[in-house]
Amino acid sequence: MSEHEQKQESTMSRRRFIRNSGLVAGGLVGGGILGGLIGANMNKDGTATEENAHTNGHNQVAYQQSPLYFTNPEIFGILQAAVERIYPKDENGPGANDLDVPFFIDHQLAGSWGNNTREYMQGPFFPGSNFQGYQSPLKRHEVFDVGLVALQTYSNDKFNKPFAELEGEQQDEILTAFEEDKVELRGVTSRTFFNILRAATIEGVYADPAYAGNKNMEGWKMKDFPGHQMSYINQIESEKFVKIEPNSLHSYTK
Amino acid sequence: MAKTLPKTDAVIVGVGWAGGIIAAELGKQGLKVVGLERGKERGVKDYYVVHDELRYGIRYELMQDLSKETITFRNQGKERALPMRQLGSFLLGEGLGGSGVHWNGHTFRFLPYDFEIKSQTVKKYGEAKIKGLQVQDWGITYDELEPYFYEFEKAAGIGGEEGELGPKRANPFPNPPMKETPITARFKEAAKSLGMKPYHMPSGNMSQAYENQYGAKLAPCQYCAFCERFGCEYGAKADPTVAVIPFAKETGNVDIRNFANVTEIIHDGKKATGVRYVDVQTKEEFIQPAEMVILTSYVMNNTRLLLTSKLGRPYNPDTGSGVIGKNYCYQILPGSAGFFDEEQFNTFMGAGALGATVDDYNGDNFDHSDLGFIHGGSISLNQSGYRPIQYNMVPTDTPKWGSKFKENSIKYFTRALSIGTQGASMPVQHNYMDLDPSYKDAYGLPLLRLTYDFTEQDKNLYNYVGKITDKIMQEMGPAKINDRQQLEHYDIVPYQTTHNTGGVIMGAEPETSAVNNYLQMWDAENVFVIGASAFPHNGGYNPTGTVGALAYRAAEGIIKYSKEGGLLA
Repeated sequence: MSEHEQKQESTMSRRRFIRNSGLVAGGLVGGGILGGLIGANMNKDGTATEENAHTNGHNQVAYQQSPLYFTNPEIFGILQAAVERIYPKDENGPGANDLDVPFFIDHQLAGSWGNNTREYMQGPFFPGSNFQGYQSPLKRHEVFDVGLVALQTYSNDKFNKPFAELEGEQQDEILTAFEEDKVELRGVTSRTFFNILRAATIEGVYADPAYAGNKNMEGWKMKDFPGHQMSYINQIESEKFVKIEPNSLHSYTK
Repeated sequence: MAKTLPKTDAVIVGVGWAGGIIAAELGKQGLKVVGLERGKERGVKDYYVVHDELRYGIRYELMQDLSKETITFRNQGKERALPMRQLGSFLLGEGLGGSGVHWNGHTFRFLPYDFEIKSQTVKKYGEAKIKGLQVQDWGITYDELEPYFYEFEKAAGIGGEEGELGPKRANPFPNPPMKETPITARFKEAAKSLGMKPYHMPSGNMSQAYENQYGAKLAPCQYCAFCERFGCEYGAKADPTVAVIPFAKETGNVDIRNFANVTEIIHDGKKATGVRYVDVQTKEEFIQPAEMVILTSYVMNNTRLLLTSKLGRPYNPDTGSGVIGKNYCYQILPGSAGFFDEEQFNTFMGAGALGATVDDYNGDNFDHSDLGFIHGGSISLNQSGYRPIQYNMVPTDTPKWGSKFKENSIKYFTRALSIGTQGASMPVQHNYMDLDPSYKDAYGLPLLRLTYDFTEQDKNLYNYVGKITDKIMQEMGPAKINDRQQLEHYDIVPYQTTHNTGGVIMGAEPETSAVNNYLQMWDAENVFVIGASAFPHNGGYNPTGTVGALAYRAAEGIIKYSKEGGLLA
């Protein structure tokens, strides 16, 4: 057992872990721990049921709400907590978790982007100046591995609690320390990790729902962005603002 | 062992705008042409699900695969250059049609001043005005190039109206300007009330159905707002795969080979005999012998292929002598973002080159006697359409994340407008390109190394023109205008522009230039190098119109050379 895992063991009981993941134990009936914790929907009162844990409200199975990259619910919980601070649920509308941003990021990390397949990854590696861009030998999925664990370690050291259990302000304080490059990480700077996390969160809010985030196009609706439309030739000259029901890529095939 | 193929009249390296034009013009004359393109074949048929911001706009599906090849970069000669591992500052093209597939379509002609920048500046302001700047005349005048501009505009179906302060035209634009919108009208009214002379931006998005001189039919633009970084599913954008390449193929004289990555120009020091290329799928190597070798890979690969092939005299930044890699320039981009609390605009509608422009602060259209810079830039409001991942414009004091960021980025998505400048970029001795000593591409060849930073000239231009863009924005009536960031060091990360220029520059003398005004190499008469690589400096407009004009000029030269031989200028 690694040092990190030992720390977890001492500060986090299984019961709290479940609570922190936003679920009550009763919601887990019928699912494995992974199936129940990663990928469950909640009712408005925060409880999960067998039925809605596997649907997205249309009596249709939301198959995309399944992890393709993350294998450890605790780590996924850190991601869920962090993206919610970057794009919180508030009076303007749903937050990152309601929009399934963690699943978006998970799927992206499992694919080409997470593996930097179209980027120059040959060595030798040097840190570089502030103007030379990404120079880490780590691939993005490895950056998330390192960064999410570091959020947890930093949280345990500073607040004696896992990241997901902290108050929002405390989480912000930690994210800010990462953003300001005050945390030493292995193979990548904390600022780089934070910047990728922030960018990925925004992508997950606004990318086409085909990518598993921007659930029900709710991200677009907040911005009055109508998504994919074939033409504005009849509206482009309009003096008035035009509200249009959004369309996703799915409309090509339905 | 490389397999040697039958000889052809001309081999073209890179099949985008320049390569497509050369292929069409040479094929029309009956010359046998082989076009080698490292990327895949593509066309309108491939853009069926193109309205996907993440895939095309953020992950850059249509751009260069950097795992195979990139550049290295440093600000100063004393630093270690490091690879540009991810696309950022500029978006290099790859595949049939090159960047001509995913450009916006802003199609200007450089000003008469640009082509004679050194002589005109010295004449008006004295020698001291260009101190420290490696500016030189282009070896051709605007009037000489005018017919070639028109030829390109016809091929690309450019729609526009003549600006009062822009270059004089012998013919009207092939198409009318694009539509006026409340946003473009707002900019024009503001500019007019400040005494400026706005006009509609010349556009490569079709303002009506159009057929060009090659019989290519282009559809009217739908203003769908997925233009720059995207291919056009309507065939409504001036795109080489629509406008020129089909005709080139129809001549029966043009053989375009995809997945053909050229690794070497084979030559005897005086003339080229052909090129070596790798099939990037099978890894087989071929030698394609040719009477003429024509490089049409914009800037980076035109320069790199000459350097790795040891053809031409490499530039030396310590002495300023030599020519290959000389005068790399970029573009200076001052602008203003205005936030309108009370009004909501249809910012998500647009077209790549839908916009309005003023030239009042471009070229030498204003007096520079008391200014610490030369040239200027075209100032435009471009309604290309906001997309939600890329456009999160917020007032300066907004945090970068959290509730306040969310609130402002949502609110201002339809309530913020921005004015931008295509600012000219002047060459200096220490901004240049050469070969990197350690980093290699997928075929073991050295990467191109870029050494570049902004200069005092750039900062002075930026600050001066930035105040003008603020004035126009103020006149448009926003609740607030953002503070402009200082122009400090050039940063390879944030997207700025893909208007890189220089490296194989044109001119009247072989001592200071690599190619003559037919873009024929002084040092190898059967090699022509076409692209913005030929620009001795970068002007105050988007470069494609001028690249297109030079391509038509070069095509004429290549055809002449095929009959007569010898240096053409």
